[in-house]
Amino acid sequence: MSTETDNDAHQVAKAANASATGKSARKTPINGPKLGLLGTLRWLWRQLTSMRTALFLLLLLAVAAVPGSIFPQRSIDAPRVTSYLQDHKTMGPWLDRLSMFDVYSAPWFAAIYLLLLVSIIGCVVPRIGVHLKALRSPLPRVPRRLGRLPASAERVSAAKQSDVVEATRAVLRRKGYRVRVDEPADGSQAIVAEGGRLRETGNLLFHTCLIVVVLAVAADHLMGWRGDVIVPEGGQPFVSSAGSFNTLDLGPWVHSDDIKPWSLDIKKLDVTFERNVPKDSPQYGQPRDFIASVSTQDPLGSKPVNELLKVNGAVNLGGTSVYLLGNGYAPMVTVRDPSGKVIYQQATPFLPQGNTYKSVGAIKVPAASPKELGFFGMFLPTAAFDSKQGPISTFPDTDRPALVLGAYQGDLFPDALPQSVYTLNTKKMTQVMDGKQPWSAVVYAGQSAKLPDGTTISLDKTVPRWAGLSARYDPGKTTALLAALIGLAGLIMSMTLRRRRIFVKVGVEPDDDAKKPSGAPARTLITAGALAKGEDPRLQVALDSLLEGVGERLASNPKKQQAGS
Amino acid sequence: MNSLTSDLSLGGHATNIGLATTSNNFLYASAVVLLLAMLAFAADLAGHPGRAERAAARREDATEQAAAAGGDGGGTALLERTAAPAAEVPPEKRQWAGIGMSLSWLGALLLGACVVLRAVSVGRPPLGNMYEFSIVGSFFVITAYLIWSLRRDVRSLGIFVVGPTLLTEMLAALVFYTAASQLMPSLKNYWLTIHVTVAILSVAFFTIAFSTTILYFVQKWREDIGDTKYKFMDAVPDSATMDRTTYGLLIIAFPLWTFTLIAGAIWAQIAWGHYWSWDPKEVWTLVIWVVYAAYLHARATAGWSGKKAAYISIAGFVCVLFNFTVVNMFIVGMHSYSGM
Repeated sequence: MSTETDNDAHQVAKAANASATGKSARKTPINGPKLGLLGTLRWLWRQLTSMRTALFLLLLLAVAAVPGSIFPQRSIDAPRVTSYLQDHKTMGPWLDRLSMFDVYSAPWFAAIYLLLLVSIIGCVVPRIGVHLKALRSPLPRVPRRLGRLPASAERVSAAKQSDVVEATRAVLRRKGYRVRVDEPADGSQAIVAEGGRLRETGNLLFHTCLIVVVLAVAADHLMGWRGDVIVPEGGQPFVSSAGSFNTLDLGPWVHSDDIKPWSLDIKKLDVTFERNVPKDSPQYGQPRDFIASVSTQDPLGSKPVNELLKVNGAVNLGGTSVYLLGNGYAPMVTVRDPSGKVIYQQATPFLPQGNTYKSVGAIKVPAASPKELGFFGMFLPTAAFDSKQGPISTFPDTDRPALVLGAYQGDLFPDALPQSVYTLNTKKMTQVMDGKQPWSAVVYAGQSAKLPDGTTISLDKTVPRWAGLSARYDPGKTTALLAALIGLAGLIMSMTLRRRRIFVKVGVEPDDDAKKPSGAPARTLITAGALAKGEDPRLQVALDSLLEGVGERLASNPKKQQAGS
Repeated sequence: MNSLTSDLSLGGHATNIGLATTSNNFLYASAVVLLLAMLAFAADLAGHPGRAERAAARREDATEQAAAAGGDGGGTALLERTAAPAAEVPPEKRQWAGIGMSLSWLGALLLGACVVLRAVSVGRPPLGNMYEFSIVGSFFVITAYLIWSLRRDVRSLGIFVVGPTLLTEMLAALVFYTAASQLMPSLKNYWLTIHVTVAILSVAFFTIAFSTTILYFVQKWREDIGDTKYKFMDAVPDSATMDRTTYGLLIIAFPLWTFTLIAGAIWAQIAWGHYWSWDPKEVWTLVIWVVYAAYLHARATAGWSGKKAAYISIAGFVCVLFNFTVVNMFIVGMHSYSGM
């Protein structure tokens, strides 16, 4: 049966399509009604808002979201995209052209979810109108033959007719049905009840909330911003401003002066790594706790407040939430020129490369003369030397910290462009040589190394850490959360409630019933039928249990029953 | 515990290896018991054709007797049915099914002990890695089935629920096994309990719904070809019932999964600073949600109910499996907690 509907719809669509395009319509002998521009638009709208299209778009959305989880994404991990493009010289550019590295901001992805959104709106808005009307419309009349309804039942009772009517009405009311008791006619009285109208309410609520969630997410995208910064432990306090973040990602509608000034000082960063397991266990050296003791001023210049900043425990400053998202080491490095004058002394952040915190970085010494000096290399919190991999770190904590360095001389900043603090731009630099070999050195904590020209570099005994902070402003998040929760409530309503109509007729049992013992007083005959909107496998069960409820209610009022018999 | 190293754990709970080992033993015991339960359920299914014949014979007798006795008993109930229901014969005692159910209860208890001991041994909810997801997940599957069995006669479905449970237990013990250990900082939050428990619970429902969908296809195929060869499958309800059952399970699973998605977003906001970052796990959670949403819409669309909708629910479960295995183990993302 359903396939027939399918074919019909398909043919109608075909005909409409044919007449819409005009030319092919002339060829076909049977001419459908001309649709015209308005008609075509209406037809397109109807197609877009049909359940079939929504279903198709839903499946398409699911498929379209998948590549974003398989290929690295620029919005999540840009360096991985770069290395992927380097490794896949032929496929890479093609994938890039298809936006496979920016799936969630790709035009084709946007096309799918925008069409889906329009389809939902086009489906929900008219339904809201229909539903509001249905909520106010009167209950229908009782059908003549209740036995023909999808569920029906018949009972007889010795109770008085009016008592049965009253009991039925009460039971239906208690179950949350909307009830109408008709005037008695032809010796029988009818009760009409409708329940589960909130099912459609819940369904509409859910879909509306879904739209609100999408709008809230869009608002966050337009009006939110995110700033990331690395702050060394025990160093200068960080003061928030558009220029002070290492990276700043502003939404299109955000002005840089929307960023309110506040300050945050990392007094101490406690990091715990797992040592309580065997050394060959994958859990060995896994992080267990990151806790930063911070002192904040919000707004800037107010009384400092001491707080704890943790993973899973953000600090709120200037309308943003500040998160602790990463950490690493910022070894305190001192560089002295051959005369012993300090030309560089600061905690220099290195970027960890994995679980053992083998970190890479650069030490840029513009004060060196006659040429600027730059060191590149690694910081190893627990240094060891592997015959195959060379210098490695065997544990993320500072058990045996060391710097492994090489050096370049020349122009540190060849073009006035901003550059990464973790790498040297060696375009206008030459490597420092020690004889015929490039100069390299391992500097352990508390020790120093000398360049061929007499410049020394030393590493302090204690190694400070740095905290990776992220300040985020998401104006839509509360709306998104509320809409999601209300939507969930709507969803549960629409899944659990059943739209049912129940009709009950209470009359007198006909005399011609052969089963009835002759001479006994006429009993009350109750016929009931139920109708559901949509599929409802438990309709008959519900009707039977309703009548059982009526029986129980009559039994609990014995006085009335006696009066009846 | 080594006193030298335990000083360094900074007040964190130290893992109790002895209890963890006991927990593993309970898992093995549960697997053995559930294997026996499966065999018992299989024996019950095999006995169905004979049982059906005997029941038909008895029903004939009963109808004859009822006809001989004649008339309506006539009761004192306040509401009486006007038509007496067809003569019902008391069903034959299904000894093997009973044994299967008892063994399932025992297996579930043993598995429950395994989960509890694991939790005690690590001093946190056992929701930190794939091994722990698997044992909790299989416990939820079998428990959901046992609770269901208290309300309906679902003994014929036993083998199709205990089977996946046992399979998950074996995968947990042999493939996903991870030694008891503590959590990384981002997981140390009460949302772990809320988000992951509900996620596993919904996966449990998805799993049972997958079983019933497969049964739907089997029964549908048997009905279409008029199968008489695999008569033991008559013990399992017809395709229409399986279709309805699948729908009933999925309308429980879908809101739970929606909640998983929302709770995950709340936690992501707390731990990572944003409620949605298109992390692969987030993407797949959304994909699963969308596919099952498509299933629910399909059932309400003319021409899509029945087989087509069932295919979508299968696709949904394939996504669930992909999300649990491939995304956890091979795809780089922020949800890398497989412990493998």
